[in-house]
Amino acid sequence: MSAPSLAISGLSKRFGGVVAVDAVELQLQSGELHALIGPNGAGKTTLVQLLSGAERVDAGSIHLDGRDITHVAMHQRAGLGLGRSYQISSVFAAFSVLDNLALAAQARARRRWGCWAPVAADAVLFAAARGTLDAIGLSARAETPAGALAHGERRQLELGLALASGASMLLLDEPMAGMAAAEAERMLALIASLRGKFTILLVEHDMDAVFRLADRITVLVYGRVIATGGAEDIRRHPDVRRAYLGEDQP
Amino acid sequence: MTSALHVSARPGFALAGAILLLVLPLGLLAVDQPFYIVLASRILVFALIASSLNLLIGYGGMISFGHAAFVGIGAYTVAGLMQAGIVSAWLAWPIAMLAGAVLALGIGWISLRTSGVYFIMITLAFAQMAYYAIISLKLLGGDDGLSLGGRSALLPGIDLKADLSFYYVALACFAASLAFLHRLINAELGRALQGVRDNETRMEALGFPTYRIKLAAFIIAGALAGLGGALLANLTGLVSPSLLHWTQSGALMIMVILGGAGRLLGGAIGAAVLLIIEEVLRDYTIHWQLGVGVVLLAIVLFAPSGLAGGLAGLRQRRQA
Repeated sequence: MSAPSLAISGLSKRFGGVVAVDAVELQLQSGELHALIGPNGAGKTTLVQLLSGAERVDAGSIHLDGRDITHVAMHQRAGLGLGRSYQISSVFAAFSVLDNLALAAQARARRRWGCWAPVAADAVLFAAARGTLDAIGLSARAETPAGALAHGERRQLELGLALASGASMLLLDEPMAGMAAAEAERMLALIASLRGKFTILLVEHDMDAVFRLADRITVLVYGRVIATGGAEDIRRHPDVRRAYLGEDQP
Repeated sequence: MTSALHVSARPGFALAGAILLLVLPLGLLAVDQPFYIVLASRILVFALIASSLNLLIGYGGMISFGHAAFVGIGAYTVAGLMQAGIVSAWLAWPIAMLAGAVLALGIGWISLRTSGVYFIMITLAFAQMAYYAIISLKLLGGDDGLSLGGRSALLPGIDLKADLSFYYVALACFAASLAFLHRLINAELGRALQGVRDNETRMEALGFPTYRIKLAAFIIAGALAGLGGALLANLTGLVSPSLLHWTQSGALMIMVILGGAGRLLGGAIGAAVLLIIEEVLRDYTIHWQLGVGVVLLAIVLFAPSGLAGGLAGLRQRRQA
């Protein structure tokens, strides 16, 4: 599956009186690594929730590879190749790392209804899971329960689940949140290795990482897009400096 | 440690259990205690039913408080068919399973849109509706229930009225159901179900249709409970609305919690322990339920994962 494009148009979400996402326009080209930055409470996670289908859209539309998915159920969006990771690691704590990935690989293979053949004996499925295991650098932890992983490793598995589930478009919600410098560096290298093979929307706080990695950057403030462009454009953009860097005068 | 997701059976343990259950009634006959064969049969039937509930509670995280409805409809199906002249077990029992499955489809269709306490309450409400529906149906005997004119006909030479025959039929049904559940929870659907139990949102984000997965498990559990009901009707020769009463659902839940939710043998162990406690204490006092309460409290306090979980924990500690 080649990397899809994503087109977001007029997307809005309101919680009571608060407009969390306000008429957002965003285009991701096939294979692009697009970063989404913005201060706390800017609506970044809400946008990811809307894109993945976890929250209902109030207005606007989402197109994945030209197909309208605005009202498509969450699990069906995943079936169309839309994968996500969570800001707070959401793994299956009681299962081993390998079983976590095998479960995701089961989703990719669309195998859900078998009642008789043991999955543990499925060599193809586990070969796929081991492939992801190697890719995310957790080979040594295959049999460890996910709940016993260190924070950084759990973040790696978090991304691994999205990869193993067969996603071609990744919504990564702060994959480096709470990581130590060395761990963050490893995660950065991992994300860099995905470039071009996937279309990626990267929500991130770490400005250095964003400027190094992203093809283009969008800045979200109070639910609105205030700028989109390359790293240099964003660095120089006066509104961005004022809003994001908290400077009154550039 | 192997993963929590795959439940492996220890062949030696399974073989020992099978041999024990096969020779048990012969031993009881040898010591001239045939009455206990009926008790053992009753335990086997409830072990089957509690195991089906364990699929929901232990492996699916669905705290269903209405499981007696599926047992009841299975039992009434057999009784009703017998009144209509259909005595073949090969016909009546599958129809009883189908009835349990269809009822589970209906109840699950609506109930599974809720979760947590709401799910507990709504399954309870549906089961109570079924209870009152049965009571008000004169055709099915209303309050008095139905008396079975005979027993289901299985094979020539097997008379289910004979305690020994019934025991072995119940054992076969229990063993087959347990084997099926064992295969199921290690297969695609079972692993997906356990994923849903632990993290439903993530499963959805990975692309699993979580609602339909839960509904499938609910229907399978309903069908197995229907089979349990069919056996129960043949064991007692009488079906009454009390089979569907909420206290029955409660007793089944207690069996699962007592034995160990999410343990393959949890339902079976819980059924055996609860029914034996009931049998023993009832001889001493009419307040035997108080004793059950104390035991349950002790289990929850000292072995939160039930007797099966506690035993597994002990074994692991010994090995370590």
